Amino acid sequence: MSRGTGGWGPTPDAHAFPTRRYDLVKEFVIALAVVSVLSVVAALVFSSPDEPAISLQQWARQAPSDVVATAAGELAGTTTSAGYGPPYNTASEGQSLGPVDLQSLPGVTQPVDPAKDLVLDPVRTLTSDAASSAAVRVWDAASADRQQAWASAYVDALAAAPDGDPAKVASGDYGPVPAIAAAELRLAESGSLEGLLTSRTSFFGVDSTKALLLLADGTHLEDAARAQNLGGDQWGIMNETGNYPGQPWLWLYSLWYQVPPFSTSDNADIAVWALMIVLSIGFVCIPWIPGLRTLPKHLGVHRLVWRTRR
Amino acid sequence: MSRAEVSPRATSEASSAGAGRTTWTAAVTRWVDGLVPKGQWLPDRQPVYVASWIYVFGVACLSSLVVIIVSGLVLTLGGVTWWHTSSFGHFVNSVHLWSVELFFATMVIHMWGKFFMASWRGNRGMTWATGALAFFGSLGTAFTGYLIQTNFDSQWISTQAKDGLNAAGIGAYFNVMNLGQMVLWHVSLLPLVVGGIVTVHVVLVRRRGVAPPIDATDPTADAGEKVAT
Repeated sequence: MSRGTGGWGPTPDAHAFPTRRYDLVKEFVIALAVVSVLSVVAALVFSSPDEPAISLQQWARQAPSDVVATAAGELAGTTTSAGYGPPYNTASEGQSLGPVDLQSLPGVTQPVDPAKDLVLDPVRTLTSDAASSAAVRVWDAASADRQQAWASAYVDALAAAPDGDPAKVASGDYGPVPAIAAAELRLAESGSLEGLLTSRTSFFGVDSTKALLLLADGTHLEDAARAQNLGGDQWGIMNETGNYPGQPWLWLYSLWYQVPPFSTSDNADIAVWALMIVLSIGFVCIPWIPGLRTLPKHLGVHRLVWRTRR
Repeated sequence: MSRAEVSPRATSEASSAGAGRTTWTAAVTRWVDGLVPKGQWLPDRQPVYVASWIYVFGVACLSSLVVIIVSGLVLTLGGVTWWHTSSFGHFVNSVHLWSVELFFATMVIHMWGKFFMASWRGNRGMTWATGALAFFGSLGTAFTGYLIQTNFDSQWISTQAKDGLNAAGIGAYFNVMNLGQMVLWHVSLLPLVVGGIVTVHVVLVRRRGVAPPIDATDPTADAGEKVAT
């Protein structure tokens, strides 16, 4: 009995061939023992990386200027989160691939208003702090244009100040923004900001979205990552901290971010995703793709496996 | 009740020949029996051409999966952050990590081997496809594992990965910065999906048998007749 597959002609039935003794269970048990021993030995010798997470308190202590600049940026709408678009807000349309805009299709499913959620609401909890309460009241009473003018001016002034130090900012009309940003810094320093961002709407803080968005809006997280060669243009998608193999199976996904046009595109993420989806579908469908499905015959590598049956 | 009143137990074979033939149970039994040829679920013999080290890597991959599952189950006992504070927990996490590395190493070698052997021949296309799907499912499972480490890697990977997922519209429903969601995907949903695909893959391997050599002749055909080009 024979069966056929496109491009190959009939292939003999495997069950029609003469057989040899082959102990599958023994093979599995030996393989399991070998893999278990290798895993345990590697664990004992190499361990595994565990670089502690950066707490918002650490961020405030190690890079206070970055916390202040990030808080001001959230109010000014200049941070990544503030201008992100779906699924967090409608500040932009996000990335698209020509006319295809998959990012906007589902809409805003995880609403985040960075100014309100990441800065103002946490600062509002400082009810015993008269200065910050007064600053928030002034902010709330101002028009949107006025708020924007204050926050943008302060962001620019921080960028121009030596080391971005809020204490060295040139005098100007920043309204309540410096006081609000300073209050955010105090909250972070005290260690309470994380809880306000992750557990504010639920006793059980299992959703880190807002805390991570705020942290990623600053430069401290990226600086720490780039110092460990984890940047996107450093093959960071497949690397991990320390001298560990990471996720080498993501090499092809990482590769596209290193080369044009992806490395210079504003729509790199969706372009890489689209390419990888097409390639992945192609990989799954190799048995049905003319030319590709018969390629192994021409490569001849199979002769290394079946040496005696040419 | 006397012994004489006890009805002899009917075998499934006997009942399938009678009234039991129309029951759902009998139908499922016939379906399961027909999934692979008789005696091929766990045979102790293989075709003579199954004589290369390349065939070991499929089983090695399955073995690695067993170590992954066992070490992962031990990690679930202590919870998500346990391994940061327990030296035993850190050791188990390390075993989990290295078994994953071995899993992918053996899986990739297995896949390349099957590619060069064109193992999709003879109606084995779905065997290849389910293997490839198992690979992609494993990528997702490993990725969520990195997200739930609750350390610096998790922070960096999640904040970077969100952009690609959001751009593809996936992030709207699969939030890599939501620890609770990622934990459930990693320890429940994705392992079930991967386990299901791997099961189908193994059944297909047993159903079709190991692909014969590319230039093999049909041993049941007339002597010397070559059936494969």
